[in-house]
Amino acid sequence: MPLVGCGWTGGPLSALDPAGPQARAMAALWWTMLAAAAALFVLVMALYLWALLRPEAAARVPPRRWILWGGIFLPLPILLPLGAAALVLGEAVLRPAGTEPFRVTAEARQWHWLFSYPANPGAAESVDLLHIPAGRPVEVTLTSADVVHSFWIPRLGGKIDAIPGRETRIVLIADAPGSYGGQCAEYCGTGHSFMAFEVLAHPQEALAEALAPVPSAPVPSTAQEPAR
Amino acid sequence: MTNPPRRQTASDATQTAAAAGAGVSDPLGLGSDPLALDAALRRIWATGPGWQRLAAVNHSIVGRRFMVTALVFFAIAGTLAMLIRIQLATPDSGFMEPGLYAQVFTMHGTVMMFLFAIPLFEGLAMYLLPKMLGARDMAFPRMSAYGYWCYLFGGTLLIVAMLAGAAPAGGWFMYTPLSSKPWSPGIGADVWLLGITFVEISAISAAVEITVTILILRAPGMSLDRMPVFAWYMLTVAAMMLVGFPPLILGSLLLEAERAFGLPFFDPAGGGDPLLWQHLFWLFGHPEVYIIFLPAAGALSTLIPVFAGRPLAGYRAVVAALVAMAFLSFGLWVHHMYATGLPHLSLALFSAASTLVAVPTAVQIFAWIATLAQRRPNPGPPAGPRAPAPVSAPVSVPMLHVFGFFFVFVMGGLTGVMLAIVPFDLQAHDTHFVVAHLHYVLIGGFLFPMLAAGYHWLPLITGRAHDGPAARLGFWLVFAGFNGTFFVMHVTGLMGMPRRVHAYGAESGWHWLNLLSSVSSFVMAIGFAVILIDAVMTLRFGRKAQADPWQAATLEWAVPALPPPPYTFAALPRITSRADRLEPRKIAPLLARGEGVLGLARNGWMETVGVTVAGGEPEQIVILPQQTYLPLWTALATGAVFLSLLFKIYPAAILAALVVLVLFLRWPVGEHAAADWGAMPATAGGGAMPAGEGLSLPLSSEAPVPPALWALRMLAVADGALLASLLFGGLFLALSAPGWPPPLWPALPRAPGILAALALAGAWGAARMAGRAAGRAAGRAAGRAAAPACVAALAGNLAALAACGWMIAALPPLQTHAAQAVLAAALIWLGLHALIGAVLAVNALRRLASGHVSARRRIDLDLMRLWQAGLLPAGLVVLGFPAMLRALAEAAAGAP
Repeated sequence: MPLVGCGWTGGPLSALDPAGPQARAMAALWWTMLAAAAALFVLVMALYLWALLRPEAAARVPPRRWILWGGIFLPLPILLPLGAAALVLGEAVLRPAGTEPFRVTAEARQWHWLFSYPANPGAAESVDLLHIPAGRPVEVTLTSADVVHSFWIPRLGGKIDAIPGRETRIVLIADAPGSYGGQCAEYCGTGHSFMAFEVLAHPQEALAEALAPVPSAPVPSTAQEPAR
Repeated sequence: MTNPPRRQTASDATQTAAAAGAGVSDPLGLGSDPLALDAALRRIWATGPGWQRLAAVNHSIVGRRFMVTALVFFAIAGTLAMLIRIQLATPDSGFMEPGLYAQVFTMHGTVMMFLFAIPLFEGLAMYLLPKMLGARDMAFPRMSAYGYWCYLFGGTLLIVAMLAGAAPAGGWFMYTPLSSKPWSPGIGADVWLLGITFVEISAISAAVEITVTILILRAPGMSLDRMPVFAWYMLTVAAMMLVGFPPLILGSLLLEAERAFGLPFFDPAGGGDPLLWQHLFWLFGHPEVYIIFLPAAGALSTLIPVFAGRPLAGYRAVVAALVAMAFLSFGLWVHHMYATGLPHLSLALFSAASTLVAVPTAVQIFAWIATLAQRRPNPGPPAGPRAPAPVSAPVSVPMLHVFGFFFVFVMGGLTGVMLAIVPFDLQAHDTHFVVAHLHYVLIGGFLFPMLAAGYHWLPLITGRAHDGPAARLGFWLVFAGFNGTFFVMHVTGLMGMPRRVHAYGAESGWHWLNLLSSVSSFVMAIGFAVILIDAVMTLRFGRKAQADPWQAATLEWAVPALPPPPYTFAALPRITSRADRLEPRKIAPLLARGEGVLGLARNGWMETVGVTVAGGEPEQIVILPQQTYLPLWTALATGAVFLSLLFKIYPAAILAALVVLVLFLRWPVGEHAAADWGAMPATAGGGAMPAGEGLSLPLSSEAPVPPALWALRMLAVADGALLASLLFGGLFLALSAPGWPPPLWPALPRAPGILAALALAGAWGAARMAGRAAGRAAGRAAGRAAAPACVAALAGNLAALAACGWMIAALPPLQTHAAQAVLAAALIWLGLHALIGAVLAVNALRRLASGHVSARRRIDLDLMRLWQAGLLPAGLVVLGFPAMLRALAEAAAGAP
């Protein structure tokens, strides 16, 4: 197993520095595929160079065998298990089983993210800042107020588009409390580059406090005490 | 050479038809003077000097123009790429502001895809196909020229808009709603939609022309299974273009209608759906990748065997693989849409198809490796006067680029399989990993093979030999620069850098990788500059190329001179074996002497042979049109239509469209088609014209299935794909868009629907009757016999047109919901087709009156009949569409 997420492949938005089970599975998938692809690349290039530079030897393999082995018997045994593994992994990643998720809604608009917590009455809305519990699945429901955006927290998992007129969902898990970078991934206009957000994963017990409106700056419509 | 004594058979255009028909007593012209034949053919085929070049229709000239223009656009788009790399070289760059940067990356992608890649291979195919197939020209030279002008004008429109600061800025795939009016209020998006549609005219016309040329304009005896494999590739590609481009054309027209008139096809507030655009775009966009790759692969399949001195290994396996690829490529488009929230199981289906495409790709790659492996052990100096490749290097310059192809494309293919895997793609999608992948696939799968092809065919195209250390230096600079630029982007992307960002912070950790990319990109640019300078020097100072310099085995090297004369072949060869195992240097002198089919010049006719599709048996003499300014005028008028639409001067657009129509009505020509040649006394009994080698063939004007009929069949395929895309779009909205079913169902009156159906049925019956009546009539009586039926067809079409207008007028305001907007679009399609049916009827009446129709010459009536025969079922589907849409929407709404 390669050393995942250490050294120069780190960074606030690095998918190679996973901080949740889904991103970890995706990174592991990447490193596995990378190893296989590197081996295949070396193999194909070696065969090519062998045929190019040593045709006397390579000519002993009849053309039919080249095509049958290279075109069918080489790729199929790799592609079929890969496809099956991808299906299983995709199911696991897209629909993680387990506890009831923490629900958040996110509205994307040029060029901000508005997060609200309808399942937590009294929680304040937040802009470009998402509070989630650590160690528990978080289901984000996305809508868009204008154009197509894409919601992406690389260290936690894959992305999902926010599409006007539709609701899309993604479930993510953060292993540990901490701060994770998020970014819009679909080009959405001149502010696209800076349509970033921060994800703060809190310990379960500290979440309510984090969700409460900041006392010094009360939001008029939701200026009430948190439920707990 | 001064006026050689003219042979009797090389009679010129001044002779009367009857005299010429009787005068061909020695059509073979055996033992004749090749110089005299050359001069006679040149007089007929040459394009005039000066302004007359604008009238050029010859495939060699038009093909070259396509390629050179494409290279100019490549330089423009490459410069834009350099600007992108300057912007991203350092963190927090202020080189370009974000709006300008958006125009730059949008234009880079758009120009590379639409104005460089596709036209370049179209030009190469146009240039090579007739020569490889043993024909004198493409089937529709004027259409080539028209397509070229449309491409040039449409591309220029985009570039001018960019220079004026009004370029599109939504990314080359123009996702809605970012490209819709509220979020792109300027003219930039309209420039993209209309400019690209204008350019796509040339893609569709090239596709029609390439298919028909390959299907029927081959050397006698060249059956399908004897074709050079490049022709198989281009046949597949052209067929894919016929089906793949219409979804994009439709999407562009619908989006322009939304932007200009507020028809809410993509607006969720009015029952539209942004995802409809994505489906239509990628339904085009994914096959597009293979449309670009396959011609390049066809070039590889041609030049690798030449290098190896052996025929391609696994010819049949390769043909099967590329046909499989064509089919698979239409089932992959959703892999660009994994992150749109579609159900995982349907994603898995597209994922499986996407990974499977690796199989036909691998078959081709290993066929090439197998071909190399069978290489003649010691290529040494062969029997010919010159070794095939420079002996100093282990591989020739083309093979160097083939190495570049293998290295880069295999890597791009492997990352392609990775991206087909849903969970991985969800991370890599829309990042620089994808930018890296697509450049590995396109530069590996298109640019390196095309450079190899360029070096391979440079002696043919320019008549100059090429050898140069500069070419090798250029290759290595491009190769190293390319990998330095794009390999690191895999990492940049996985470290989280999204596509299309104009700036990034230093804390991201991406700055060193980006700097490396930017520096390498300049190495690559220098490499291209070296290649360009070397090519220009070769053109200017290169020594003259010898005939067949590579010892190739295909017919394009059997032309009488390098570069080839405008008539291409003085006579057409008879093919008795696979046409990629020929010996051009033995065939060329025979053909130059006129020893072959049609080795003659008569009546000023530009003649070539048409064959049966499968067997390649000679079937007709196709007389190609002369040089003419008509394509230029028609393209200018077409440009006026698009410009008027762009600036929203709609009356002018209608006026210009009428001018286009009138100009097109002038296209059917040919004095030869005004008489029944097959019935001339000299050839009576055979009912045909002598074609040399003891052959007698009817002129295409008198053949049962002339090329024009094939063109209409191919056009019908594209047209059907357009209608199918529209109906699919409507059903997609009804099933899955928000805001369905519409609050108010558009209630269409029954009467016009019934009227339209009856009128179309009547027009079809009338068109059939017209053909039969002409077939029974003798001589010039055909005109009088068929005219009433043509008038009836005209009336039927006009009635159908009126009925469509009635139905559209009865719809609720089109801006209020996508339901009526889609129905209106379908009815407009039908109305326009009835209008074209009427135009074809008018054309038939004109041709009847001018004596161009007889019992033997029925093409104008046949075109009309084919049109109505296709329009009737399509029209019935359109007329049933409202009920279908409603049933589906209500079923979807009723479902839980």
